[in-house]
Amino acid sequence: MTKPGWRDLAIGAILEKGGTALEFKTGDWRTYKPIWSQEKCTSCLFCFIYCPDFCIEIEDGKMIGINYDYCKGCGICKEICPKQAIEMILERR
Amino acid sequence: MPIKALTGNEAMAEAMRQINPDVVAAYPITPATEVVQLFAQFVADGKVDTEFVAVESEHSALSACIGAAAAGGRVMTSTASQGLALMHEMLYIASGLRLPMVICEVNRSMSAPINIHCDHSDTMGSRESGWIQIFSEDSQEAYDSVIQAIRISEQAFLPCMVSLDGFIISHCMQGINELTDTEVQEFIGEHKTPYSLLMDGHPFTIGALDLQDYFFEHKRAQIEAMENVLPIIKSVGKEFSKRTKRGYGFFEEYMLGDADICLIALGSCAGTAKVAIQELRDKGIKAGLLKLRVMRPFPYKEIVSALFNIKAIAVLDRSTSMSTMGGPVFIELRSALYDNPVHPLMVNYIYGLGGRDIFPRDIVEVGQKLENIKRTGKIEKMIDYIGVRE
Amino acid sequence: MEVVSTIFPYTAWNVPYIHSAFENSAATISGVEAAYKAFKKKGKIKKKLNFIAFGGDGGTYDIGFQSLSGAMERGHDILYVCYDNEVYMNTGIQRSSATPMGAHTTTSPAGRVIPGKTQFRKDLTEIMTAHDIPYVAQAAPSHWLDLTRKVEKALSIKGPTFINILSPCPLGWRYPPSQTIEISKLAVESRFWPLYEVENGKHKLTYKPKKEVSMEDWMKLQGRFRHLFTGKNKNVIKDCQKQVDRKWEKLWTLQS
Repeated sequence: MTKPGWRDLAIGAILEKGGTALEFKTGDWRTYKPIWSQEKCTSCLFCFIYCPDFCIEIEDGKMIGINYDYCKGCGICKEICPKQAIEMILERR
Repeated sequence: MPIKALTGNEAMAEAMRQINPDVVAAYPITPATEVVQLFAQFVADGKVDTEFVAVESEHSALSACIGAAAAGGRVMTSTASQGLALMHEMLYIASGLRLPMVICEVNRSMSAPINIHCDHSDTMGSRESGWIQIFSEDSQEAYDSVIQAIRISEQAFLPCMVSLDGFIISHCMQGINELTDTEVQEFIGEHKTPYSLLMDGHPFTIGALDLQDYFFEHKRAQIEAMENVLPIIKSVGKEFSKRTKRGYGFFEEYMLGDADICLIALGSCAGTAKVAIQELRDKGIKAGLLKLRVMRPFPYKEIVSALFNIKAIAVLDRSTSMSTMGGPVFIELRSALYDNPVHPLMVNYIYGLGGRDIFPRDIVEVGQKLENIKRTGKIEKMIDYIGVRE
Repeated sequence: MEVVSTIFPYTAWNVPYIHSAFENSAATISGVEAAYKAFKKKGKIKKKLNFIAFGGDGGTYDIGFQSLSGAMERGHDILYVCYDNEVYMNTGIQRSSATPMGAHTTTSPAGRVIPGKTQFRKDLTEIMTAHDIPYVAQAAPSHWLDLTRKVEKALSIKGPTFINILSPCPLGWRYPPSQTIEISKLAVESRFWPLYEVENGKHKLTYKPKKEVSMEDWMKLQGRFRHLFTGKNKNVIKDCQKQVDRKWEKLWTLQS
């Protein structure tokens, strides 16, 4: 991607659109990867509330998966889960 | 047009009242305190609609101004010396974020040793901070320039400081030709911003972390914006003179037309220099004066062409630079003349540090020495000091 | 905040956001709020807006302390949130006045003669209380319901409000990131970080610790205190416990 020249940038280094950090994927910072077991999960959503990166995906109040685009593999979800529904594995790329 | 007897501080405060900014965040400091307290009284008496934020430091004053300007407000403050130095970090941020605002600045020396009187070391110390800098010879000029600065700053998207000399002008009474409140409002118009933090439905981010891949481009754009300031100053000055018959450019030429030697000065000293020029003329010396008004951006092309026929120049600097190559105006002017096919002889006189008075006789002496330099082609001392005891 | 949330040309913020400098978020938001008031007065804006400033413990307890104190005293309608991770992490683990006694940081290193930071932490929450602002609270991420309730309450109150949130930091405190919530929980249970609020000058504990957790129990989970568990340094742990007990008793008296 060619970056814009100085004439094409907005005045004062302002960013006009909000929430664009979504385009900046940080999932590849991860060493360990959380694996979710749908069977064990009761959708208590503790992991949703404690995940520092909002990576727990929910639909109609139920957990449906993990967003690996941003998950940095901190393991808080595994620790907090009362049903051991998440395990951490070393990620190989 | 009403005429009022006002001090320099009163004149600037009066201009602020007529401008009626959205936000003023300020902290008192000698010799600019009066500007802040007069304005606080205007607020207390309901003479302005301004939100006055009586902050706990100059650093916070400019920080609050930055917040208010980013929120789309018309913003002003006032300070001097150490106060401007405490703002130093935020000066760069205001200009880098391209936020218009105006500081009514009162020139005072920088500590140490501590001193409350006039020199230009405070303003000159922030000359690379990205602010437009306009010096004033007297209260009238300061009043006029503050009003123009609003337009200049908002048009250029760069902050602007208008300075006058501490005590010499700030506390000195002068008859001021005032515009009416309506005239000022008509002249400055409504403040419009392309973006602001308070614009409904626009989640703007202002002040993002700008690393190696974008910072340079943003700085390049800022330099360009500074280059574009000169035509803005010119057109705003022209429009102002239409209403007031008081014309303002980048500098004032005084008896420069047929002169072959020239003095360069800024601030109140220019008034003293005018008296000295008359005396030099009486002695048959063809001296002229170039009174610099705009220090940033430095109008080097225009100055160089105004000095085309000058054989010898003496620059009077009311501050020095620790490069040991002379004062800031001297250094920049010498650099500006480098490309000229014929180089005038140049000397620098540092004067008035810490409020030391300068008299017409001092400047007459400078003129006579300069005349001698022109005749002999010889410079004994490139940098000299006026009025300092050996 | 700008370092993590707004790397040009990206921004994580979906609301208007400004970063100006490190130590002045309180002064900057004072200006934004003042402009808002000016526009409201002139009828240019009608909507009610919330103004929230964030700072770390460095930008709040230390370099931004004056700016914060000034803004609180002036009574702006703002919420100031401090993310207190007890160390300067922008620059990488340097002591702040929020760093607890005994902690190893790169500018209060544990060495042969000095066992980490030799001073107690500054109690900023109480200093904010002394500003007599309408609402001050202390919260922790482990007790999220308590935290969110405090934020909602602060935003519903007119005038300056302040919330100090403990933010455990795996790198600075030296523990595995997965333990973050546990560390936060134990900070609360050990009474090192009491959860309470001060509304119009009245102290109220919002959570009463249930377990008997000592400072030692909490400290031993963190590598920054490792050196305190050997030889004569153990006295430091005792001193920390004494200080926590003393402050807890004082808080208990204030709230009852």
